Amino acid sequence: MTVELLQVIKPTGEYVEEIEPDISKDELRRLYRLMVLLRNLDIRGLQLQRQGRIGFFIGSLGQEACQIGSAYALKPQDWAFPAYREIGAALLRGATLKEVMNQYFANAEDLQKGRQLTNLYGLKSINFVTGSAPIATQIPHAVGTALAAKIRGDPVVTLVYFGDGATSENDFHTGMNFAGVFKTPTVFFCQNNHWAISVPVERQTSAETIAVKAKAYGFEGVRVDGNDVLAIYRTVKEAVEKARKGGGPTLIEAVTYRMGPHSSSDDPTRYRTKEELEEWQRRDPITRFRKYLEKKRIWSESDEKKAQDDANHEIDEAIAHAEKIPRPALETLFTDVYSDMPWHLEEQLRELQEEKGRKEE
Amino acid sequence: MTVLNIVQAVNHTLRDEMKRNDKIVLLGEDVGVNGGVFRATEGLFQEFGPNRVIDTPLAESGIIGVSIGMALYGLKPVPEIQFLDFIYPGFDQIQSELAKFRYRSGGQFTVPVVIRTPYGGGIRGSHYHSQSTEAFFVHTPGLKVVIPATPYDTKGLLTAALRDPDPVMFLEPKKIYRTVRGDVPDDDYMVPIGKANVARDGEDVTVFAYGAMLHVAMEAVELAAAKGINVEVVDLRTLLPFDIDTILSSVKKTGRVVIVHEACKTCGFGAEIAAQIAERALLQLKAPIVRVAGFDVPFPYVLEDEYMPNANRVLNAIEKVHNF
Ligand SMILES: Cc1ncc(C[n+]2csc(CCOP(=O)(O)OP(=O)(O)O)c2C)c(N)n1
Ligand SMILES: [Mg+2]
Repeated sequence: MTVELLQVIKPTGEYVEEIEPDISKDELRRLYRLMVLLRNLDIRGLQLQRQGRIGFFIGSLGQEACQIGSAYALKPQDWAFPAYREIGAALLRGATLKEVMNQYFANAEDLQKGRQLTNLYGLKSINFVTGSAPIATQIPHAVGTALAAKIRGDPVVTLVYFGDGATSENDFHTGMNFAGVFKTPTVFFCQNNHWAISVPVERQTSAETIAVKAKAYGFEGVRVDGNDVLAIYRTVKEAVEKARKGGGPTLIEAVTYRMGPHSSSDDPTRYRTKEELEEWQRRDPITRFRKYLEKKRIWSESDEKKAQDDANHEIDEAIAHAEKIPRPALETLFTDVYSDMPWHLEEQLRELQEEKGRKEE
Repeated sequence: MTVLNIVQAVNHTLRDEMKRNDKIVLLGEDVGVNGGVFRATEGLFQEFGPNRVIDTPLAESGIIGVSIGMALYGLKPVPEIQFLDFIYPGFDQIQSELAKFRYRSGGQFTVPVVIRTPYGGGIRGSHYHSQSTEAFFVHTPGLKVVIPATPYDTKGLLTAALRDPDPVMFLEPKKIYRTVRGDVPDDDYMVPIGKANVARDGEDVTVFAYGAMLHVAMEAVELAAAKGINVEVVDLRTLLPFDIDTILSSVKKTGRVVIVHEACKTCGFGAEIAAQIAERALLQLKAPIVRVAGFDVPFPYVLEDEYMPNANRVLNAIEKVHNF
């Protein structure tokens, strides 16, 4: 059983007019600029780590279309449950680059109080739920939130991000099963980037596709070209609308490629070939979208230069700001464990403060 | 004799024992082609092939559950869990299955799986690449829990684990994977499971430690020596079954006890040691026992250095029990 791969923009920039989504010229340009920002942020993020200015980096190089196309299909009242590569989706939903960079530097202005690795990012005001490193744990959460919205009669849809590797974990299957049984308004968005660190997707499943797995849970699974931002937008939008109308969940498999290392700790040359990488670089989602915009005559060489310059400028400013801010206060080691600090944490905080005091004497 | 660090000692021991015992099968995430994210299984896939070193799907319950099945059939599976922090999808398999097979079958079925996993802080890994939750496993009858602190003990204890008839949790202190180096004999030897090691002799105070904290304790002890306090250091090495004799004889000698671990204080392994001493040697104590432990908070990121016990904190504790 195969599931077809939806494509709107061909690698050449030609497009299929009948399924081209209806997005205004300005919006198309905005989406492209966001993808450029995300690409540059990724390159700079890894550089900052290499220079020892931030501790760790995990990026989304090559997966920009997945991030932007999917998040653009949501409404503000919808909820997103990221894994750890979804900073682009956060930016699209309204997180500012300044906030994001404060998280990278884990400084005193970071809303998460310097407690999490880079890009494990969440922001309540945009319904973007703070994630964790353990794989697939967020999947049942997205189903639960969707079920809650359904119980309360609210027109809210949840979208959950995860990778191909995550589909091997129990939580993926449990989440899918609950969603099928309770017909929750949930969109399962799997970025099949072909690798789970060094393990190829063929080691995660012997099914022909990931999309096909939805069948066993009683709902639809679809496949989309993960390097085609318009195809992703179209597919996610359909799934979101269906969910909002009470049609239940959808599993979307976005077929893409992790063009960078798994994280700053990884060396992909140990397990995959240069040829494979080059083949996917030729399908770069940003180049493809740019060709489309050029074909439609809404993007020029000078637009491109400005987009690149603006992105870099914005990133420079955010870095300059974030790097100046001191690290979070000592107390933040003990706050937020509970709503109020119990006696034993107060005692431990006091001990630590006394010890610090002694050291400084 | 070869000078090795801890991760090399793991690698060499696995290789040597796999040559001797063709029932050993390694399995886990990224352990094959990539040689493990910490390189503990480097070169073994190339040497022993895909039936002996298996890259698995990303599922800890599968990795541990399948290992149990292999062990039932007589193989010696050695699953690697990439970080102790990621073991929880497999926790049910450990708690309900691995630890109880021998008992519930009246000894008919045994599952001598050795679960290797890096644990502990010190690599700026934030909540999910840093925790020391060894107490969960010590609280599970049927498991043995082993933690080496030196390359010599890594080889000796891992060899013993690979020949043990019972399931063993082999927790590797990743902070010192590469920083602690030492002589490792090339010959076959074992360090017995269940035996602590007096890493330094002393009369005034005993410090109990294990894993990366052994080295923090040793640093503190040098500082204490400069102040005229002669500290004995006991490296526990096995947390279950722990070496009660070595613990009590050291307490008898010094009467003053400091316990160091990076795990959270409340219900950490130090609580068990303190309770055992209180039950069996209360009258030998000359001062209240002091624990130096991680704080009772989720493992932090930026404030990691504040969280982790350091030599200064251990020294304060030594002085406190000494001057009581
Ligand atoms: C439960 C759990 N096991 C192992 C890991 C270590 N780990 C981090 S990312 C990763 C691979 C994830 O692959 P995939 O789901 O395809 O996502 P991708 O990184 O490709 O986006 C692994 C094994 C983890 N974080 N959590
Ligand atoms: Mg992947």
